[in-house]
Amino acid sequence: MTKITTAQALRQVQEDLKKNFDPTKKLVTICAGTGCRGYGCIKVKEELEAEMKKQNMDVEVRATGCFGFCEKGPLVIIHPEKIFYQQVKIKDVPDIVSKTVANGEVLEKLLYRDPETKETVLKEEDVPFYKKQLRLVFGQNGMIDPTRIEDYLIIGGYTALAKTLSEMSPEGVISEVKKAGLRGRGGGGFAAGIKWEGSRRAHGSPKYVIANGDEGDPGAYMDRSLMEGNPHSIIEGMIIGAYAIGASEGYIYVRNEYPLAVLHLTMAISAAKEAGLLGKNILGTDFSFDIHINKGGGAFVCGESSALFASIEGRAGEPRAKYVHAVEKGLWDKPTVLNNVETWANVPLIISRGADWYNTIGTEGSKGTKIFSLVGKINNTGLIEVPMGMTLREIIHDMGGGIPNGRKFKAVQTGGPSGGCIPENLLDLPVDFDKLYEVGSMMGSGGMIVMDDKSCMVDVARYFLNFLQEESCGKCVPCREGVRRMREILDDICAGKGREGDVDLLEHISTGVADGSLCALGGSAPNPVLSTIKYFRDEYEAHIKDHRCPAGVCKALITYSIDAEKCTGCMLCSRVCSVGAIHGEKKRAHVIDDDTCTRCGACIESCKFDAILVK
Amino acid sequence: MINMIIDGKNVTAPKDTMLLEAIRGAGISVPTLCAHESVSRSGACRLCVVEIKKGNRTRIVTSCLYGVEEGLIVNTKSDRVKNVRRLVMELLLARCPESDLLQKMAKEMGIEAQPRFTPDTDKGTCILCRSCVRVCEEVVGVSAIGLFARGSRKTVGTPFMEQSDACIGCGACVYVCPTNHIVMTSTGEKRKIWGRNFKMQACSKCGKFFAPVDQLKFISKKTGTSMEDLAVCTECR
Repeated sequence: MTKITTAQALRQVQEDLKKNFDPTKKLVTICAGTGCRGYGCIKVKEELEAEMKKQNMDVEVRATGCFGFCEKGPLVIIHPEKIFYQQVKIKDVPDIVSKTVANGEVLEKLLYRDPETKETVLKEEDVPFYKKQLRLVFGQNGMIDPTRIEDYLIIGGYTALAKTLSEMSPEGVISEVKKAGLRGRGGGGFAAGIKWEGSRRAHGSPKYVIANGDEGDPGAYMDRSLMEGNPHSIIEGMIIGAYAIGASEGYIYVRNEYPLAVLHLTMAISAAKEAGLLGKNILGTDFSFDIHINKGGGAFVCGESSALFASIEGRAGEPRAKYVHAVEKGLWDKPTVLNNVETWANVPLIISRGADWYNTIGTEGSKGTKIFSLVGKINNTGLIEVPMGMTLREIIHDMGGGIPNGRKFKAVQTGGPSGGCIPENLLDLPVDFDKLYEVGSMMGSGGMIVMDDKSCMVDVARYFLNFLQEESCGKCVPCREGVRRMREILDDICAGKGREGDVDLLEHISTGVADGSLCALGGSAPNPVLSTIKYFRDEYEAHIKDHRCPAGVCKALITYSIDAEKCTGCMLCSRVCSVGAIHGEKKRAHVIDDDTCTRCGACIESCKFDAILVK
Repeated sequence: MINMIIDGKNVTAPKDTMLLEAIRGAGISVPTLCAHESVSRSGACRLCVVEIKKGNRTRIVTSCLYGVEEGLIVNTKSDRVKNVRRLVMELLLARCPESDLLQKMAKEMGIEAQPRFTPDTDKGTCILCRSCVRVCEEVVGVSAIGLFARGSRKTVGTPFMEQSDACIGCGACVYVCPTNHIVMTSTGEKRKIWGRNFKMQACSKCGKFFAPVDQLKFISKKTGTSMEDLAVCTECR
């Protein structure tokens, strides 16, 4: 692309591109996020292209960013009708091309089918998963090819940057972001505008802006999908931020485990530079700004600001005491603004549509939308973007489609490993930064792990503490030693070796670890334990006093047996049992030898008659 | 001078000092393990925590790294402070049950080992205060030892725990180690530290072995002083 040197010229380029873009033209989009790639969507795409050729059809097949509905991938949309096909396989391709693309004929079997009403749904926006969403930041993912800057320009990309550079002062940008009430999407929820203002006022040169893409919470992948699917929106946000605070250099810190995100970001940066939207004299103005990509080694703690700076500086990713804020002394002790990937992607929206509009979305203290990743025991796994203030019930039941296999909802863990578990009686909680904090959890980066009644909350707490123990940098004593000791006690409780007073001791260690740790990793590490004790204390008591795991998870506290009434003697369980613990003759009730049984659960999964009992 | 209230007393301290010095200057004792006068501070041990109040907000900070501030109200003995210090001591006692220093400090602070924690047997008396690592980098300037792994597996040592070519055998790490974890054995012409044997230099005048040859070579390279001049021990110089 030739260099664009004025805001006027950018508008012209966008207009010219739009002329070649006919919205009534046939187009096939296919989700090519990492999830759908795992399902084999690239082969489906290639097959679609080959089939088009074979049938002499000139229709573009566009691999786009993530659509969000990962549960049902690979996902294909046929435009302009917007027919939504899910779980598309290679063998479906000839019919899609000859029937749907050529003649608009709908293939019923590929449509989404409501599991309750059994009715099919034709369009994406009518699928319950999407219906209540407000996909302002994430929605464009599904329309654009993230490897082409032209696609981003057609949907109005870089208009906010042009507006910023031609019409707004740096102070004006900051005041707009402050007015919008944009809060950091990475966890803390700190007001972005205030951060920017602090950094603008700080002395020191150069100043830096950084996008934090060190997404490390188990089950969270919204930042990855944004970096993969719409890298230019993040870059545009960063350039606007850099102009506002007076930064000349920026970094995107992205994990090396996100190769597609790294690739798309790299392509986007070089395309933006070529177009004169990044680098020296952006859009012909005096403002210059460059972005580097820094690939992280995958340490969870590097998402913490001071550890992230250390990592970029080439030192071990360890946090340091932050008594002087990063806005004054951050990367290389220079004024630095570090925001999460999703926060940056919100900035162009705020600039182009205005803070007043942004203020109409969300709750009083939390404006705008939030992307959540919905995982765990949920029917519709995927990424959703909803206005702040939507209730957990709407998210889990309406969009998430509830709990699989007719099981009962038990709790949802929000905010990743340092968040908390929220029980069923709080399902009507409107989700925003402050409300989640009030109930002992947090927004975090937006992970939501749903658990059903087969999840043991002590085991859940143990899982998260184990993760945090592994991921603690090990610098300060309360986090390094305290989290380990907490996990050891939880191990004991799950192994039936819990002692009277363990729960109180866990609470005692928790307060010391939370108060005494150097950084937020240790500071919030006790949350999974404290929140499960708060809402599920009876489960802890059952483990310790009665040597019983009510959810039937902790192996040392359960026994497997077979209900002789229900068992038909089909022998399936005895065949799947890897240790030969199940005996019995054909068509006679079987028995499990408790001494041999390892409680692996294979028999439960194999039994079609619900005859395996766990007590 | 900066004015503060520490444990109810009016205290003044020079600008640009840390709270730890201001508090100790006021005659109030604060336990520390990782703050050593020869090296920069890391805030790793967390024993020096105090509770500060600014406006209506109170929080726990490490006094070794928090600079003095006008009007600050500091509480060095609040329940929260005591709770953190007790936990840190309990955790360290479980990590290094053999450490005499920890035993002594715990006794002074009235803290006993937490019986619920199984004492470690594989950590020696290393509390990971990192004074050794910092002295090696900041004072000696060779960075022969460092920290590796993370979380509870974090360890101090030479790279890959192999004999280090960068180590000059100076023993500064031994000197700053508060718990005597680092072992250095000297037998006349030989010194052993971090798994490596060093040849000692005999004084060209009195004949006493006084420093590792590698250390003298390092000094010679850095200062331009000849090895001949350096081969005289400090007493004979």
